Amino acid sequence: MLSPLGEAGVMIRCGDAISDEVHRRVISVCAWLEGNSFPGLVELVPSFASVALFYDPIVVAESARSALGKGTHRVSPYQQVCRMILSRLEMLEDSVHNQFRTIVIPVCYGGPFGPDLEYVASENELTPDEVVAIHTSGEYLVHMIGFAPGFPYLGGLPKRIATPRRATPRLRVEAGTVGIGGEQTGIYPVATPGGWHCIGRTPLKLFRPEHDLPSLLQAGDRVRFEAITEQDYMEWKEGEG
Amino acid sequence: MKMEVIRPGLLSTVQDEGRYGYRRHGVHPGGVMDTFAARTANMLVNNLRNAAVMEITMTGPELRFHENSLIALCGADLSATVNDQPVPLWRPVALMAGSVLKFGRCRSGLRAYLSIAGGIEVNEVMGSRSTDLKTGIGGLGGRALRAGDILSAAAASWEARAMLQQLLGQAKLGKTQMKGPIWHLSSREWPLYQKDPVIRVMLGADTSKFTRESLERLYKEQYVIAPQSNRMGYRLEGSRLELEQPMSRLSEAVTYGTVQVPADGQPIILMADHQTIGGYPVIAQVARVDLPVLAQAKPGTRVAFQPITHEEAQQLFLEQERRLQLSAAFIRRRLTETGDRQ
Repeated sequence: MLSPLGEAGVMIRCGDAISDEVHRRVISVCAWLEGNSFPGLVELVPSFASVALFYDPIVVAESARSALGKGTHRVSPYQQVCRMILSRLEMLEDSVHNQFRTIVIPVCYGGPFGPDLEYVASENELTPDEVVAIHTSGEYLVHMIGFAPGFPYLGGLPKRIATPRRATPRLRVEAGTVGIGGEQTGIYPVATPGGWHCIGRTPLKLFRPEHDLPSLLQAGDRVRFEAITEQDYMEWKEGEG
Repeated sequence: MKMEVIRPGLLSTVQDEGRYGYRRHGVHPGGVMDTFAARTANMLVNNLRNAAVMEITMTGPELRFHENSLIALCGADLSATVNDQPVPLWRPVALMAGSVLKFGRCRSGLRAYLSIAGGIEVNEVMGSRSTDLKTGIGGLGGRALRAGDILSAAAASWEARAMLQQLLGQAKLGKTQMKGPIWHLSSREWPLYQKDPVIRVMLGADTSKFTRESLERLYKEQYVIAPQSNRMGYRLEGSRLELEQPMSRLSEAVTYGTVQVPADGQPIILMADHQTIGGYPVIAQVARVDLPVLAQAKPGTRVAFQPITHEEAQQLFLEQERRLQLSAAFIRRRLTETGDRQ
């Protein structure tokens, strides 16, 4: 279950598939370790089925020396960290999973913000309105944030609107674009090249470096999409200043 | 202390030790590529270890110092001069107001680190002054330095000010406009920036999923650093590395030094500005003590890999830290000595 990730990390594996159960375990482990920290713990990174724990090996070595005295130099900081993780996980209570947030993401679908909506509709033999209705009906799970700042990996796209990625990626996809790529849906937090089909855009900022929590979404959050008009979008944008 | 960028060079950025605590938000730590050289440069001017320095890549800038300044240059030898006099590396150097620091040919390594007593003062973003070119945050507006930029340093420590006064107060400096003490950090303490470095690697998450021949090739043959390499990752060219059988793998956290192998079989080593999450099979992880060596290797360099256990790698890292702390104590004693023997 535990393996090293370089000299300053431990990978805690909680399963080997994408499932709600594995996800709950990931979020519980992450929250529990965060609430039961130890000297030298730097940060935790949840993903689909694992939690990476990053630590400072110098601090861990020093705190082990001062806590246990001489003769402890034979225990490596990695072993020391594994011990601390295991002793904490023994006490893990599976009670954290009720604390999720649901975040509503307003999206202006189609038109200039969603040039591929028609394509996604015709590929799936639906009308654009039906695609929007299906996309907004689902509840999506944020498995993790990563790859790029604020980028959410969302689970739960209804298969009826899944669409293989574009053959040629766009050179620039604007920040806030909501896309579908294969069986995934997601939101681009910053402008980047991208191969997903663009079906709409949100006026919300997903990456806000000036905030304490720079990523709007966090692993474990639930997301719902809500259709808004272009006028709503513009007003929202102005309100954001 | 202020310095003005007359010419920016190829890629000069403000960096510190990185932005920690935000990987779960998709924000990589970033920071200096060669942590050893940058930390030593800070030690030499009595800065805190996380003070911001200038990371100078390959072709150096031209900088004018508006006030008397205590600086140090560590890492790559980019033929730095002040008034045509070579600036010694790995030791503190006092510069007179008006001095212009220039760089020339790249003699060894790839990245030089310039520290200034007090540390370069720019606003912190998410707890760090590091420039992140990809997201456009930190440093000076999230970008590389440009001609006309003026960088200020925070207040220097009294030790650094005393050293500066002492050096500039000695004999007339004349045209040289600079003065270093006679002592310097022993070259035994610097990492080996070899021409064709041997990089030690330990097991990665998927090492056992690669064919035996691939692992043998990884350790027997050399890989060449490709020109598309940058602060995000080093692309390597060489013998193809193959999996025993195709695998689909869940994306998970990666770190500085993680060696990924995409479908084309050519490894990529993730560097300081790596993405936080990766999905490619991971064949190996570079030992942390060898990351500074790798950070100094330019495109075209031949790299060989050698296996090391995780435990040895961690011991080497602790040992390096111990030596760095000894160096720090040595430097502090030298800086505070009264009547420097010259």
